[in-house]
Amino acid sequence: MTPFSGLSLFLKGLGGQKGWQRQWRSPEPKPAYDAIIVGGGGHGLGAAYYLAAEHGLTNVAVLEKGWIGGGNTGRNTTVIRSNYLFDESAALYDHALKMWSDLAQVLNYNVMFSPRGVMMLAHTVHDMQVAKRHIHANRANGVDNEWLTPEEAKAFCPPLNIGALRYPILGAALQRRGGTARHDAVAWGYARAADALGVDILENCEVTGILRDAGGRAQGVITTRGTIRSPRIGVAAAGHSSVVMKMAGVELPLESFPLQALVSEPVKPVFPCVVMSNTIHAYISQSDKGELVIGAGTDAYTSYTQRGGLHITSHALEAICELFPMFRRLKMLRSWGGIVDVTPDRSPIIGKTPVPGLYLNCGWGTGGFKATPGSAHVFAWTIARDEPHPINAPFTLERFTEGNLIDEAAAAAVAH
Amino acid sequence: MLLINCPYCGERPEPEFVYGGEAHIARPKDPDSQGPQDWVRYLYRRDNTRGVHAERWRHTHGCGRFFNALRDTTTDHFLVTYKTGEPRPDPAKATP
Ligand SMILES: Cc1cc2nc3c(=O)[nH]c(=O)nc-3n(C[C@H](O)[C@H](O)[C@H](O)COP(=O)(O)OP(=O)(O)OC[C@H]3O[C@@H](n4cnc5c(N)ncnc54)[C@H](O)[C@@H]3O)c2cc1C
Ligand SMILES: [Zn+2]
Repeated sequence: MTPFSGLSLFLKGLGGQKGWQRQWRSPEPKPAYDAIIVGGGGHGLGAAYYLAAEHGLTNVAVLEKGWIGGGNTGRNTTVIRSNYLFDESAALYDHALKMWSDLAQVLNYNVMFSPRGVMMLAHTVHDMQVAKRHIHANRANGVDNEWLTPEEAKAFCPPLNIGALRYPILGAALQRRGGTARHDAVAWGYARAADALGVDILENCEVTGILRDAGGRAQGVITTRGTIRSPRIGVAAAGHSSVVMKMAGVELPLESFPLQALVSEPVKPVFPCVVMSNTIHAYISQSDKGELVIGAGTDAYTSYTQRGGLHITSHALEAICELFPMFRRLKMLRSWGGIVDVTPDRSPIIGKTPVPGLYLNCGWGTGGFKATPGSAHVFAWTIARDEPHPINAPFTLERFTEGNLIDEAAAAAVAH
Repeated sequence: MLLINCPYCGERPEPEFVYGGEAHIARPKDPDSQGPQDWVRYLYRRDNTRGVHAERWRHTHGCGRFFNALRDTTTDHFLVTYKTGEPRPDPAKATP
């Protein structure tokens, strides 16, 4: 792998952008690996990278049924923040946020992390109380989050309408370290860096069965490209986690819902930050291409169709037009859906499972892109050492039986 | 947007309805005898089927009644809707 640098980009530019190498190999599956990851999204590719980079496990494969990043990693609206309410969540998401800051250098791949600030609007007295409770809890955990008056919110985001609205703006919580990143680049950057360390990225390789020995231990997987053996299998299949884990007889506390997003025609830079409103169900930022990236809510029903109802996206657009009247005449270019795996407490599951040798990373629901580096990092630790990292130790599957929920659902039960 | 056939009112647009989650999950008859494993199954574990899914809907902005449906979660196509209390129909025989 030739490293990227300013000079190499410049020279290739002079040469008409010819002569770039493939960024990762496309090998045939080996019969066995030391570890297998099911799911080539950011969490799975990242876990494979950290297994190789930090735990010395380089005989590793990532098995992806389609193309890498084709799941929620390539479909999300890329909001990154760490201002979650509970101590366990703040530790997990802030671990990730700290890793975002130098991820491009670590991977030698521009993931375009842009900490432009994430502002969450308060429209009711209840919203204000919730926001301030978050701010105090975050500060106690060393996570930045601050209260803005409506005028300060408008100064931070000039397009915002703080006039007479149906749901007036009473203030906002701002996390300045929050922002966005380029989603595809995260998948590609991890894939390229993992491949360089010897990891096999196997696309068009769907897992259809999980093999177990007489004692119940996971031994390998059956795939559309043959049987592959491995003593360690990590599942990071997002919306399809229930389907994959059923292959090993494990039932999960998950439901899979469609979540939609859409982008506008590209315009000049007009929108300096990320704005979210949980109460009126919309969030928005502007990509470097100029498109406004707008997130809608989940559909009501479980589904695997990767599309959702039009009334869900029009509801989000109504909210955007009220908050930012200058966008009323913009045209929308594209809309799409992803299938998000939602847990009862809206916190993820990262850890061991009742099947020895089988590890699980799921339940990220509507908000797991922001966690990608941190989640992948602690998941690799869990797989390599057969025990959780202290940061993911509370995020077990057993917490639902034990009653130790990490109930972020009450804090933000909508797309984030 | 889905078109949903309420067994009492006929076909109506989705916004008239509220989704009620997986159907045929019976609350334990004798709660005192249930252990944590039973409660986690009742409260949290879901089939989350990729394929034909039995689910509850409520016609909130219509007759107000709950009913059940079989829907294919890979296409969102409804195979059949049926009244609460009726057994889950055989999907092979179900007509929309
Ligand atoms: C519209 C939308 C907006 C979102 N916005 C945000 C946001 O602003 N901020 C945020 O933090 N999060 C957001 N999210 C959530 C975020 O996208 C996800 O939580 C995160 O990307 C999950 O990453 P992953 O690697 O776990 O899953 P994925 O990227 O979905 O990867 C899982 C992979 O597993 C593969 N797979 C499934 N079954 C099999 C099998 N049997 N064999 C082999 N491979 C299999 C899939 O093809 C897929 O590529 C959003 C999601 C959506 C859909
Ligand atoms: Zn009715």
